[in-house]
Amino acid sequence: MSTDAAIQVRGLQKSYKKLEVLRGVDFEVAPGSIFALLGSNGAGKTTVVKILSTLLKADAGEASVNGFDVVAQPAEVRQSISLTGQFAAVDEMLSGRENLVLVAKLRHLKGAGAIADGLLDRFALTDAAARKVSTYSGGMRRRLDIAMSLIGNPPLIFLDEPTTGLDPEARLEVWDAVRELAARGTTVLLTTQYLDEAEQLADRIAILHEGRIIVNGTLAELKRMLPPAEVEYIEKQPTLEDVFLAIVGHE
Amino acid sequence: MTTHFFGDTAVLLGRSLRHIARSLDTIITTAIMPIAFMLLFVYVFGGAINSGSDSYVSYLLPGILLITIASGISYTAYRLFLDMKSGIFERFQSMPIARSSVLWAHVLTSLVANLVSLVVVVLVALLMGFRSGAGVLAWLAVAGILILFTLALTWIAVIPGLTAKSVDGASAFSYPLLFLPFISSAFVPTATMPGPVRAFAENQPVTSIVNAIRDLFTGQPVGADIWTALAWCVGILVVAYFFAMATYRRKIS
Repeated sequence: MSTDAAIQVRGLQKSYKKLEVLRGVDFEVAPGSIFALLGSNGAGKTTVVKILSTLLKADAGEASVNGFDVVAQPAEVRQSISLTGQFAAVDEMLSGRENLVLVAKLRHLKGAGAIADGLLDRFALTDAAARKVSTYSGGMRRRLDIAMSLIGNPPLIFLDEPTTGLDPEARLEVWDAVRELAARGTTVLLTTQYLDEAEQLADRIAILHEGRIIVNGTLAELKRMLPPAEVEYIEKQPTLEDVFLAIVGHE
Repeated sequence: MTTHFFGDTAVLLGRSLRHIARSLDTIITTAIMPIAFMLLFVYVFGGAINSGSDSYVSYLLPGILLITIASGISYTAYRLFLDMKSGIFERFQSMPIARSSVLWAHVLTSLVANLVSLVVVVLVALLMGFRSGAGVLAWLAVAGILILFTLALTWIAVIPGLTAKSVDGASAFSYPLLFLPFISSAFVPTATMPGPVRAFAENQPVTSIVNAIRDLFTGQPVGADIWTALAWCVGILVVAYFFAMATYRRKIS
C-alpha cells in the first residue's frame, strides 16, 4: 500500500438494512489521475463516493482521502475534496455567478467575485452569468456544477455519473471539462455506467460488480484480458451520434 | 470547523433570503389564507358571534396571527425539502463548513419570512378597523411571544423538511396546526363550548397564547395566561429542537 495515494480504500463494507451493497471494496487512486468506477445501476458506486466524501459511514473497512482518514479526520477530508453529485447540485433560484460566489464564500476564500468571474469565463458561462440557473440547459447546469466544485482548487474531485441524463453535445462538453481538470493535475474519481465514458477519460478503470471490485487496470490491461483481436474488414457506417452531431453543427 | 459557524450561517441566510425576495408570492400566499379567514369571520360570521368585545376584528387578530405562522412554516419545510432533494444539501455537507449552519440558516429565514407575513396581516387588520391602545412594551411583548411561537413551530417544520419523501409530505404536517386555533378562544369565547370541547380548548397552547396577546393589545393586565403561553412556547421549542437535531444528526452521519 503506497502512502502517497490520493485515495486508499481497504475492505469497505456497507449494507442498507439487509441489502449488502459493498462487500469488501479495495482500490487505490494515484494522484493526478482519472480513475473510473464502472458499474451498472445499483452497483454501489454512489455509496463508495458518499463514504469517501464523509456523507455516509461505512460498516467496516478503511478509507483515506489525500492521506486523511474519512472517519477520524472528516474536516480535513472535506477541506481537500469537492463532490459533484449525481444530480447537478446547483441553486436554481440564484444566478450562475451567485452560485459560484456562494461556494467561494462558504470555502472562506477572499475575492469571491473575482474567483466566480474567472470560472464563468473558463466554463464559457459568462454570457449566462446573471441569469437564473433555472433557465440553464442541462449541459450548462453540469458545467456550472463542475465549476462550483473547482473553487478553492481541491486536489481531488468526485464526479458521480456526471453525464447521466445529458444530451450528446452536453456530454462532450463535460468530457472536455474533465480532461482539462486532469491536465491541471487534479485527481478525478469518476463513476459512470457508460463504458465509452470510462474508455474516453480514465487512466485506470475499476469495475464494481455485486459489491466487489472484480477488475482494476488500465484500458490496455483490460483489453489484454480478452481474446486477441481478430482482423475483419467492415464498412464503417456513421453512428447515429455522428449524424446527430453533424446535423446540429457540432465541430 | 465551528469557528466559521456565524460566518457560514450568515452566508447561507443571505442565500435563503434571496430565495424569498425572488419568490415574494410565497409570502403573499402565506398571508392570503389568514387574511381570507379574517375577512370571512369579520364580515360574514362576525355579526352573529357574540365575542363580548366591541370590535370583532380586534378580538380575532391574535388567533389570525397564529394561523399566519402555522401556514408560513409549511414553506420552511418545503424549502428545506427542496434543498435535500436537489442535492445542494449534500454539496454543503461535503464542504468544509460548520455543518449545522445549513439548518440554522433555514430557521432564521423562516423567522424573517414569518415576520414579514405577520406585518402584512396586521396592516390589513388596521384597514379593517383593528385598533390597539397597547404601548411600546406591550407591542414588544407581543412580538416576543410571536417570535417564540414561530421558532417553536419552525423546529417542528424542520423534521418533515428533512425526512419527507414528497413535497406534499413536507407540508401536510401543518394542517393540524392550522386547525388548532378553531378549537380555542381565537374565534369565539370558550364558555359557549360543550364540556369536553371546552376542556380541550382551554388547555391547549393556542388559547393561552391568544388570550395573552389579546390582553396585551387591549391594555388589560395580563394574568397567568402569559406565563402559560410562554411555558407552552418554550416547551414546544425545546422538544421540537431536540427531535429536529436528532433527525438532522441521523441524516448527516
